[in-house]
Order: sequence, then structure tokens, then C-alpha cells
Amino acid sequence: MKKWMSSGTPWIWLNAGAVSLSLVMVVGLLMLITVRGLGHFWPSQVVEAWYQPPGSERVRLLGEVVNSETVTPAVLADAGMSVPEGASLVTRLLFKHGNRDLTGRDFHWYVEPFMSARANPADVIVIERMEWGNFYGYLRALHAGSNVVADNADSARGLLKDWVQRAQDLRQRIRTIERRDIGRVNDRMEALRLEQRRHELAGTLSASALQSLAQRQAALDQEYEQYEQQRQALRDELRQDVLVAETMDGRLIKIPLANIVNTYMPNAMGLFAKLMLYGHNLVEFVTGSPREANTEGGVFPAIFGTVMMVLLMSIIVTPMGVLAAIYLREYAKQGLFVRMIRISVNNLAGVPSIVFGVFGLGFFVYWMGGSIDRLFFPESLPSPTFGTPGLLWASLTLALLTLPVVIVATEEGLTRIPRAVREGSLALGATKAETLWRVVVPMAAPAMMTGLILAVARAAGEVAPLMLVGVVKLAPNLPLDAEFPFLHLDRKFMHLGFHIFDVGFQSPNVEAARPLVYATALMLVVLIVILNLTAIAIRNHLREKYKSGSD
Amino acid sequence: MIDDTIMDTAPTHAMSRQYFENQNERRKLNIDYEEACIEVKNLRLYYGASDPTLKKVSMKIPARRVTAFIGPSGCGKSTLLRCFNRMNDLVDNVRIEGEVLLDGKNIYDRSVDVAELRRRVGMVFQKPNPFPKTIYENVAYGLRLQGIKDRSTLDNAVEKSLKGAALWDEVKDRLHANAFGLSGGQQQRLVIARAIAIEPEVILLDEPASALDPISTAKIEELIYALKERYTIVIVTHNMQQAARVSDYTAYMYLGELIEFEDTLSLFTNPSQKATEDYITGRYG
Repeated sequence: MKKWMSSGTPWIWLNAGAVSLSLVMVVGLLMLITVRGLGHFWPSQVVEAWYQPPGSERVRLLGEVVNSETVTPAVLADAGMSVPEGASLVTRLLFKHGNRDLTGRDFHWYVEPFMSARANPADVIVIERMEWGNFYGYLRALHAGSNVVADNADSARGLLKDWVQRAQDLRQRIRTIERRDIGRVNDRMEALRLEQRRHELAGTLSASALQSLAQRQAALDQEYEQYEQQRQALRDELRQDVLVAETMDGRLIKIPLANIVNTYMPNAMGLFAKLMLYGHNLVEFVTGSPREANTEGGVFPAIFGTVMMVLLMSIIVTPMGVLAAIYLREYAKQGLFVRMIRISVNNLAGVPSIVFGVFGLGFFVYWMGGSIDRLFFPESLPSPTFGTPGLLWASLTLALLTLPVVIVATEEGLTRIPRAVREGSLALGATKAETLWRVVVPMAAPAMMTGLILAVARAAGEVAPLMLVGVVKLAPNLPLDAEFPFLHLDRKFMHLGFHIFDVGFQSPNVEAARPLVYATALMLVVLIVILNLTAIAIRNHLREKYKSGSD
Repeated sequence: MIDDTIMDTAPTHAMSRQYFENQNERRKLNIDYEEACIEVKNLRLYYGASDPTLKKVSMKIPARRVTAFIGPSGCGKSTLLRCFNRMNDLVDNVRIEGEVLLDGKNIYDRSVDVAELRRRVGMVFQKPNPFPKTIYENVAYGLRLQGIKDRSTLDNAVEKSLKGAALWDEVKDRLHANAFGLSGGQQQRLVIARAIAIEPEVILLDEPASALDPISTAKIEELIYALKERYTIVIVTHNMQQAARVSDYTAYMYLGELIEFEDTLSLFTNPSQKATEDYITGRYG
């Protein structure tokens, strides 16, 4: 035993154990969010069953079984459910019924022993709706206005795909009119209002100017009216088509196609069709906009906002950090003062991020943004332009947060450049600045990229400070679009990290939101991995380019 | 000015074949008849507040000759070499007294532009230190610093310098490959090509072959021999045979003092100082 101890074997086991434990935790976490997140998009079978607890009527159940638990009867009794007699353990199933508009609750626990005649009928249809979540039921008819176009399930099924597609096209056209045409008219009206305000502030508002403004306003009003009419016509057209379906309790309800995103019949689908739908759902999640208080639809605006913010942050932090590091390492006299600065910079990395958020709000948003508004946008006051949380301030705050990382990494890179190379350049008659920019900085570029990689990893995962300086749960517009000046630094934006928080903890519908939390978390992890891999690829390329022969 | 008598004195200690081959060409030299390129007058150098590293050194480095500095480690020979292109300025807390005249002008004068001085006094270091650039860009570096952008001018200068450093034939097909792909000896010749590309007057060599194998060393020595046609060369070396092989004049330094400075043959065959004799015969220490 003593010999075994002194051989060092226990140490090796201890070290290997620590490594395995870390690996198991990381892999376990990734597995959990991957399985839970990706599983959400799979079209699972819909179960139909009859349910009769003792002393109540027999009802039909319809929905997806999303969870099952084996519990003691006491737990069931506590939950107010009937308990089967004589059983020591009871299995209960969580059904996702959908139909939130009809029943008020779309998830419900049922006790398994009271169920009978479980089946997966092929004619069950799942309808993804714009509002109220999914609908589960049986397709019965299609109406166009007051005409019955298809009065049985079979003929309705044949037409449904085209109808859904047409409804989607109409919605798209309405969106285009709203976003592009009416949006432009609104922008011009706002510009007009600002022009008038500017005249008022400058005291140059003459009667003729006022008249011209009023004329232009009238023209815009007319234009707006025109678009509004177009929109109304499309809406009316959209509202005509109605789908009739039977719910699990036998009621017939009408669902306007305007409200339908997609329909599918999971029990009648083969593996390939399910795979296709799965892929479609994934793509929708990544490229779509959120609906229903973020519990349905995609996360594209959040992905876009996160990437935009990280890119802007990189653009701001890299030059600042690199310049600061060059000064500290190359020019500053290495003494007590510089040591103190270096210690402060290192400590800055340890300041809790929410503190940066508070600073960003106070300094960037209110002071800098407020000053910019007073100087350049006085006509739109009191409503702020830059004096309100937005993309620019969030990026600046995160740049400040990640600055120490870049400075430290760059300084380390600069220290590692061999003295011989610097002397070689100086001996050829280069000045210190020429040596720096032509030889030293390019050679330190991989180290700068390392700093940037660390900065990106930290910034992309940061949520707390962003809540103060620009992130919102739902942003109406992306920060980048076709309207001048294309990149709207003043706009608020969505962020995957905040999205997770919002969906997971601020949503009224916990059961529906849970899989989305996993899916969004997975998305965030994947995004950070992609951003990091890109930076690492660039760094390796630079390393290859500037690799030195001596080390 | 130069006495043409061919020396026929045999060397007292073992030297390489090359040394003996060179003997016939070697002429008796005399420092008093040489045109001075660099003149050192009462040079004292202090690192911090300690005792001077160089103690009142005075000497005359002859133009278009090879002058070697030998001596034990820490004797100040590299420090003295680095005074000639003011490389010591880069060290913190260094203090220099006395004068170093290059073509009669003190290089430590306040009006001297250090970058301009270093263009006139090139330097090659102990370890090859090419830049992480292509072979072409390494040689063109000094020219680009002077603002030369014309492609054909650069091409010509690069070719001429690489030929001058006896490297052209080995690299002419891969001028745009990374310089780190060259062997150590090739890198050192590349560094020499880089130095002569800007056509300095003086080339300082700080133990240029100490990190190289014997074959590369021989090539560098041949190169030094060829370069003295056009440049004044000062070389610091630990290797006495090397000093004897390549140099015309040799200075022996010890503890920051210049003990003896003679033409190479006299110094090695008939040293006037006891300390020098002890050192070159291996009785030092």
C-alpha cells in the first residue's frame, strides 16, 4: 500500500479523475441542451385516449404525451387528482392538448390507470397558429366566405396545403406594405414633423413655410390612405378563408387561415416526411421571428442582434485594447505608475458585469447620448434619439468590459517578440515607430486575436449589463436594414442570452417555454462556438504567416 | 601606404586549412598607415551606477579592413561594438562618455539622427534574426524604410544584395517564400544581405557564426573576406581561429579595457602583452 502511494499512481488517478469529471459535466450539459432543444422540433405522435376517473364522466383526450412520472398516491392526492385504489405507485402522463383558446390550459396531467383505448388516429391534425399556440383536432371542412368548398376531411385535406400557402403569401404582402411602404411614409412624416420643430426652435417658421409643410403633410396623408386601403383589401381577402375542425370534446370550431402558420398530420406521416418537417421547423426557428410573447416562432432577431453587437464590440475593443497595450508595453516608462495601471486593468476584468451595465447606462446612455441629442437632434426632444439604451451603447459597454482581456493578451504577445527581431529592424535604420508597425505588431497579431477570442466569448454570453443598456425582449426592427443609414446604432435589439431569460422566467406558459429555453441555449452555444472558431481560424492563419524560426 | 612584403612566419598554433591558403595573400599591415573609418576617443560606458563596463577605450578602426575583437566573456567587446551604431541607447540607464568619430564626426553629438547613423553602420547579430516576411521583403525592408517603392529598383537591389551575400543561387527560385524556411546559415547570410542592401559604410558583426555549424561558418567567413573590398567590417568573436582567419587587425579586450590592438599576425604570433599571450595560448584564467 505504501509502495503504491509512493509510486505516484494515486496522483495520476486523482488528476485523471478531475479531468474526466470536467469532461462529463461539459458533455452532460451539452447533451442535455442538445437533446432537449433539438427534440422540441420533432413532430411527435398525437395520442387519442378515453379517460374516466372514478365518479366522473368519460372524456376523450387528444394531444402529445410530453412527460411521464411515477409517483406515490399521496402526491396525486395532494395535486387534487383521483387516486386508483390499492396501487402503491401510479404513473401519470403530461398531455399537451394545445387549444389554449378553448380550454385555458394547454398542458394537463392524467393518471394512466384511468385511461383506455389509447390510439394514434391518422386523421388528427396539428395546426400551428399565429396566436394561442397549437391546435389539435380533426379536420372537417374548408369555407371560403359563406361557400363550403370542401365538406369532408378527405377533400379538405387535399386543398389545405394550397390554402395555407396562399394565406402565407397574403400575409407576406401585407407585411411588405406595412414594413416597407407605410414605414417609409411614417419616416417621411416624422422627418416633416422634425423639420417643423426645427423651424420653431430657430424661429424661422413663416406662414408660407407652414403652408408648404401642411401641403406635404396632406400628400403624405393621402399616400398613407392609399396603402391603408391596399392593406385592408388584402386583409379582407385573407379573412374569408376558414378551416373547420373538431376538437377533442367534439365541438366544431372555425379557424381563419389568416391565423394558420402550418398544418401537419403527424400520425399519418412517414419517417421521411417527419424528417422534412423537422428540418423545416429547425430552419423556421433559426430564421423566423418570435410570436406569442416569444414562446413560439423563431429567434432570428435575437441571433442577429447578438452577432451585430459582438461584431461592433470587436470593432471597438480591438483598436482600443491594442493601442493601449502598445503604449503600456512599448512606450511607457516601466515604473510604479505603469505597474499600478496594469494592476488596475487586471482588476477591471474582475469587476462584476452589472457594474459595467450601470456605468454604461449612466455614462454612455444618459451623459454621452443625452449630449449627442442636445447637440445634434434638438428638434426631436424630449423623445431621445441616442439618449436611450441602444445597440451602440451596449457595444461600447461590452467593449469596456472586455478591454482588459485584450490589453493583457496583447501585452503578453508584445513581450514575447524576441529582442533580436526588434534590434534587427532598428539596426537597419528604422525608427521605433517603424519597427513597431512593420515588424512587432504583425508578429503580435496572433496574440491580439487570442485576446479578441476571449473577449468575444465573454461578450456573447453576457446578459446582465445589456438589460440596462439596450436589450429588449421584443424589438420591432433589426438594427440593420435597407433604410438610410442602414446601420441603426440607436435602435434597441434582441439578444439570445436575454431571450433565454425572458422565455424561461418571464413567460406565462412555463411548459410551452421550457423546450424553447433549451433550444435557444443551444443556439447561443452554437453561435459562440462559430464566432470563436472563426477567430481561431484567423489566428491560426496569422500564426502560420508570422511563425518565427526560433521558437 | 601598405607594405607589400609577404609574411612567411608560420603561425604558432593550429589553424585551419583556409588560414594557410590565405597566408600567401596576407600582407604585413600597419595600423599607423591605415585610413581611419571609426575613431574611438576615451570612451567610457556605465550601466547604471556601477563600475564602468568600458574603461577609457581609445582606438582607430581602419577603413575597408576586417577588425576583430576578442576577449573572454563579459570583457565589453560586444558593448564596444554596439557603441558604433548606438545600439546601447536602447538599454535603460546607460551612460556614455567620450567620443566615437565616424568619418571625423562624433556620432554621440546631439545633432546626429540615430536612424540615419544606423543606415550607415549596419549590424548582424549572433542569432539569425530575419523578419517574419518573405526573403524578398526581408532584403527590401531597409530600402522600403527609405521610401523606395519602385519595383525595378527594389528588384535590382534585392538581387545585388543576395548575390553580394552569396545567397542568390540558393534562393532565386523562392524569393517570395517565408524567410523562416531557410537554414540557420542561409538565414544569417540573408541577414547580411539585408544589411548590405542599404549600402552602409560599416558592417558590425556580433559573433555572426557562433550559432552555426562549421560549413555555414566557413561560408560566412568567405563572405566576410569578400565584403571587405567595399565595407569596413568589425567582428566580435569568441573563436580565436576565426579571428585569425578572417581579420586584418585584432583587438584583445579584458575587463572593459583594450589590452592590445595590432595587425592580426603580429597579435597572434608575437603579442606584446603578457595577458594577450596567456589568452591566445589558452593559459587564461
